[in-house]
Amino acid sequence: MAQMNMVQAINDALRLEMKRDDRVVVLGEDVGKVGGVFRVTAGLYDEFGEERVIDTPLSEGGIIGTAIGMALYGLVPVPEIQFADFIFPAYDQIVSELAKYRYRSGGEYPCKMVIRTPVGGGIRGGHYHSQSPEAQFIHVAGLKVVCPSNAADAKGLLLAAIRDPDPVLFFEPKRVYRAAKGEVPEGDYTVPLGQAKVVRPGKDVTIVTWGAMVYEALDAANKASVEGVECEIVDLRTLWPLDIDSVVGSVKKTGRLVVVHEAPRSCGLGGEIVALVNEKAFLHLEAPPVRVTGFDTPFPYTLEMEYLPLAHRILPAVLATAKY
Amino acid sequence: MTTVSNDRGPHHRSAERRPEDALAADVLRVMRPDGSLDPAADPHLSDAEVLELYRAMVRTRVVDERAVALQRQGRIGFHIGSLGEEATIVGSAFALRPQDWLFPCYREFGAALLRGLPLERYFDNLFGNAGDLAKGRQMPDHWCDRAHRLGSVSSPIGTQITQAVGFAWAARLRREDVVALVYFGDGATSSSDFHNGLNFAGVYRTPTVLLCRNNGWAISVPTARQTASEGFASKGAAYGVHGVRCDGNDLFAVVRACREAIARASRGDGPTLVEALTYRMSGHSTSDDPKAYRPEGEVARFGELDPIERLRAHLVLRGQWSAPAEAALHAELAEQVRACLAAAEQKPAPALASMFEDVYAEPPWHLCEQREALLAGPRAKGHGG
Repeated sequence: MAQMNMVQAINDALRLEMKRDDRVVVLGEDVGKVGGVFRVTAGLYDEFGEERVIDTPLSEGGIIGTAIGMALYGLVPVPEIQFADFIFPAYDQIVSELAKYRYRSGGEYPCKMVIRTPVGGGIRGGHYHSQSPEAQFIHVAGLKVVCPSNAADAKGLLLAAIRDPDPVLFFEPKRVYRAAKGEVPEGDYTVPLGQAKVVRPGKDVTIVTWGAMVYEALDAANKASVEGVECEIVDLRTLWPLDIDSVVGSVKKTGRLVVVHEAPRSCGLGGEIVALVNEKAFLHLEAPPVRVTGFDTPFPYTLEMEYLPLAHRILPAVLATAKY
Repeated sequence: MTTVSNDRGPHHRSAERRPEDALAADVLRVMRPDGSLDPAADPHLSDAEVLELYRAMVRTRVVDERAVALQRQGRIGFHIGSLGEEATIVGSAFALRPQDWLFPCYREFGAALLRGLPLERYFDNLFGNAGDLAKGRQMPDHWCDRAHRLGSVSSPIGTQITQAVGFAWAARLRREDVVALVYFGDGATSSSDFHNGLNFAGVYRTPTVLLCRNNGWAISVPTARQTASEGFASKGAAYGVHGVRCDGNDLFAVVRACREAIARASRGDGPTLVEALTYRMSGHSTSDDPKAYRPEGEVARFGELDPIERLRAHLVLRGQWSAPAEAALHAELAEQVRACLAAAEQKPAPALASMFEDVYAEPPWHLCEQREALLAGPRAKGHGG
């Protein structure tokens, strides 16, 4: 085991898989010589060369469009979109093409890749370096969506994603890129897609969250514990297809649900989780499910800490749910 | 004092299409008006090859006209064809080598048939039945056929351009001699994917042939509203991509231009933007009525350049074709079409549960739940027709 932050763990996974499978190519803006603006691909260019770690023209649509062609040829592209906020020029290629290739060709053309992109706020990035657009991809049939919260999961999930037969959006919570430091197993291992993890057991309230907000939920849970409320925190890890058994199982135990995410509230993944829990565990509920989320505004710059669903907003929601 | 004006001056040439465009000095032509070939440009096809291509072009038109009739009769929902563009479509597909791949737009079923898509499979696609390789999941003319190196048709405009570039780029990275040829119309040159595709192709010198079917219209919008430049081949220069124009209604010119582009790509000299000057003699699709926007008489003027009639005149001049041969060909094609159509029309709709297959490699829990709910519930009327 080595101590690594999330940047190092993802870098480790990429290096490992590029060594294991020569079909894997990394491409994107600034991913080559400079190793990415967050240095996630640092050193890969020197190790694997410019044909496998490719600095591309500044065009997200071009990156994903050509990566689809590479995937159809039989390569395994791992394109990086520099910030999730800049993924929208590629939205047509992702939604109309990548997500539908296998289906529209009757299974003749599976088209898989892992699109890595930093996500989320709290880094003073304003509108265009802070958003969490996961729901806009979950709503599209054919995509898988992953968001790790810690270094060990990030490595194992990325290795699983690259080996998965389906296209995966791999959202990396940049607020904790370096803060999420921990023990990371050496060598090859995977964290299976579609499996959540209970990161804190508890009997009173279930908190479902992912990415950087896992730490806020833990903070809130520790404070709630002082008040006698024990939270169970489910870190989804794979946002879609989500681990319904873990979510419903926890809610059946606690009878209470708080969902926390950075993305805007309306039509966010939290709404879908609440609907699923209502459908599958209604008679176990002791209180109305609650969402603690970003607001239905563009992501603000100066007031970003008010926008984010941090521990100070999670705690009162947890306590109110517990006392309902 | 300087003045700013939108007037481009008397020497500006626009993209407005006229039948005489193909006579411009920068346009590759092989067939002369009398049907003979310019020996300096002749791609030297064998007699058998020319006959094969003539038959393929006629087959494309016969199938096209039959598909329109099927739509009018309410037997299929839609058709988008290639009336008048047969030389561009068939000639370009013929130029490919066995190892090359074709990335279609949506008008190139004639190319697919030439490359080996069985005619019955094409009709299966028009009916969206259980025999359709796309399992009835897309509109008619949105086919695919991996076994014959034919990509998958989608409706969004231009998306296949960047994909073909990426595909060819991958071949180059793997040191494999494979060229990807991608089709798109003049309208697609306004898409971001045209820009992205040419830009990436130029930067990485990918072995791609980018074939623009300049057919004069994008649904109701004329070519002059897609660009202020004279045609499209010149756009390659800004991307470092070789550009050529050819008479798209001259089979020999299309074959020559595409063969040269494929050879250039194959030897590592990069991509080529081929602009084929042709003309859409039909509406955009069976859902379109061009009377609302197309000047009267335009089809007749361009009809003088009908690629099938020009090739037939060439064959007659060579003594390779006759009225009885023409009648025999049409009788043979009618029988082929009848048999394939009858077989396709009898096939059932895809199985209900197949709706949930191929979304992912394996259906996750939520799709299994939805599938079971659908199977257990009431059936809709009118599907599968």
